[in-house]
Amino acid sequence: MNDKDDKGHRNLAGRRNNMRNAEIFLFTLALGAMSVSASAQGKVNVVATTEDLASIGREIGGERITIESIAKGYQDPHFVEAKPSFILKLQRADLLIAVGRELEIGWLPPLIQQSRNGKIQPGAAGYLDASLEAAILDIPTGQITRAMGDVHPLGNPHYWLDPENGKRIAKEIADKLSELRPNDRPYFQQQLASFVSRLDVAEKRWLATMAPHKGMKIVTYHRSFPNFAERFGLDIMGYVEPRPGIPPTPQHTLDLINEMKRQNVKLVLVEPYFDSKTPNAIGRETGAQVLVMPPSVGGTKDVPDYFKLFDYDIALLVAAIQKVK
Amino acid sequence: MRAVPIARAVVVAAVLSTWSRVAWAQAPETPQASEAQLLRQQIDQLRRDFEARLAMLEARLSTIAGAQLPPAGAQAGAAPSAPAAASAPVPPGAEGAGGPSGALPVYGSAVGGSKVFNPDMAVIGDFLGAAGRNRVAPDPAFALHESEASFQAVVDPYARADFFISFGEEGVNVEEGFLTFTSLPGGLLTKVGKMRAAFGKVNTLHNHVLPWADRPLVIKNLVGGEDGINDAGISVARLIPNRWMFLEATGQVSRGDSGDNFLKSSERGDLSYVGHLRGYQDLSESTNVDLGVSFSSGHNPSGIVGNVDLGRFTTELWGIDATLRWKPLQRSIYHSFIARSEVIWSRRDQPGGLQSANGYYLSGDYQLGRRWFAGIRFDRSDRADAAAITDTGQSLVLTYWPSEFSQVRGQYRRTAYGDGPTANELLFQFQFSIGAHGAHPF
Repeated sequence: MNDKDDKGHRNLAGRRNNMRNAEIFLFTLALGAMSVSASAQGKVNVVATTEDLASIGREIGGERITIESIAKGYQDPHFVEAKPSFILKLQRADLLIAVGRELEIGWLPPLIQQSRNGKIQPGAAGYLDASLEAAILDIPTGQITRAMGDVHPLGNPHYWLDPENGKRIAKEIADKLSELRPNDRPYFQQQLASFVSRLDVAEKRWLATMAPHKGMKIVTYHRSFPNFAERFGLDIMGYVEPRPGIPPTPQHTLDLINEMKRQNVKLVLVEPYFDSKTPNAIGRETGAQVLVMPPSVGGTKDVPDYFKLFDYDIALLVAAIQKVK
Repeated sequence: MRAVPIARAVVVAAVLSTWSRVAWAQAPETPQASEAQLLRQQIDQLRRDFEARLAMLEARLSTIAGAQLPPAGAQAGAAPSAPAAASAPVPPGAEGAGGPSGALPVYGSAVGGSKVFNPDMAVIGDFLGAAGRNRVAPDPAFALHESEASFQAVVDPYARADFFISFGEEGVNVEEGFLTFTSLPGGLLTKVGKMRAAFGKVNTLHNHVLPWADRPLVIKNLVGGEDGINDAGISVARLIPNRWMFLEATGQVSRGDSGDNFLKSSERGDLSYVGHLRGYQDLSESTNVDLGVSFSSGHNPSGIVGNVDLGRFTTELWGIDATLRWKPLQRSIYHSFIARSEVIWSRRDQPGGLQSANGYYLSGDYQLGRRWFAGIRFDRSDRADAAAITDTGQSLVLTYWPSEFSQVRGQYRRTAYGDGPTANELLFQFQFSIGAHGAHPF
């Protein structure tokens, strides 16, 4: 400060010094906290927002991590409640893996904010948006408004339903875990290689099973299956929801029934968390099979992991297709 | 955000100076036309090199900025349908924290400008109508009761800021405006600014997330009137580790000015204090219980005569709150039930002597279907400054959600005032939200 300072300025200078002291104090505290966390090199504590990500994470992290998910596979991932018990999970997490593309926008931000965990804040090393390398469909072009319903401006967030994206998610998780635990990099990369080769084998099998049904027309309740349909050659003709997030209306249902009859669509896929009353009515009118098809790991008891998810869904589809043929 | 244009300017200057140097170095040796052709090719090559490096530098800058963008090649390969020009990196930290993730759409400009750092903005309109007779506390027939504008963004790697500006019929008011330090050591969640105090449950809620068109009588009578305890100060909340439940203790110190006739500070030392202890436990995956104990104290305005606080009277508030929630996970968008109650005791010292008043509300809200909610509420409360006067009320509420972003509500309310005729009213409310997708209330 300048020598010519009057009393007021000196007070200010004193206050600034105090502030500087406080800053140094806080900084030291922060450093202390960081060094404590860095020295604890146990298992990486991972929290994934959905069971799909948790399943892939488990494949990669093996016994070197602990992993749990927030949303259950049988609940609508758009509408998870921000329960304080989830805050406790996030408070202890070293890594948070999110689906991204605004899937969790209604509930993850307040949880992260209240977690008091600097490691998992977006932008920090312990926050992973699993969508960044994945192939994303339905990215809106041109102007978007909410007149289109609850549109996701960053594209369809149900991208994990394509094994190719499963590999991309796995690679991102392996890279992130290697970044957090550089010593375990060979282990994580080996787990990744094993997962990818097993998924390659399974994917060939799934594709072969679905190949005879290529071009099969289907209707789905919500837009949860575009990646699945694209990978396995299904043709999505329409949706039970008139617009994303808007429940079925009589007029839309009527139009859908007529269009299904015209195009001879015989399959309706319903996610386990949607009411099946309207889909069942559509099934009765059109003679279509209504399948409760889990879009996520944990969607039913028979789908405990990422491989079983495709096994189950494809078996369900093939059985239904054979019935309607 | 300033770094990118500066870096670009530096690189452009470097390109220009290299050009001129190349031209100067080679020009005397190559006067022929063919040599000039060669020179032009070299310059073109150089320009391509520098453009490539420029692109790389820009990409690296945005990566350094924490945007975690995928490599340009990977993105183009993975999502060929994504128009690269129509997206921009998300500001660091904005992802998840109320902001979007991935790439942000940019309107009007192909290159990400300063707009990506704009806060998430939303405006919520609250239109309120009333019919029926109320001689004690009449509401107007129609009112744009409140328009709340929210601005929320991450400030830097250490903090985020939230502003809620309410435009009412009386004017503009900063309903809340605070900075939150998200990752202080010691697990302290610290807020600085003007905020709704953590006294009970309803006091912390903004109008648009209330399950009713109005606030319960006990809040109006005992907890600071329509606006509640809402003051400038500092809040510190810490989780108390234990094996059994979520336990959070909150302490708040504020200036001591709240409500119309509730708290008034005459001296700098007339601070008001709020303490809140919250316990939460999952009873099952679909049922949970939330319990709280609150305390608040401060100086009330009853002893102020001609701008001088002669009486130095204080008010103390105690409250307990309980919330029981039920929401079956697999049908969570169709059915739910929430029971809430708060009981509040007020000890207000004033010229006539100590007034010990108390009151409560008890409410239940059942979700009938994806868009329909029905609720009931019982109210009873003494008046804070005249505990002998007791008001009671009953309400029936029906709410319809056309979508997640709008809401229509009707409420039949019967209020028996302790000092006036009973009022039978029909309140109706339209609420609508435009802009950023906010968090769902819990």
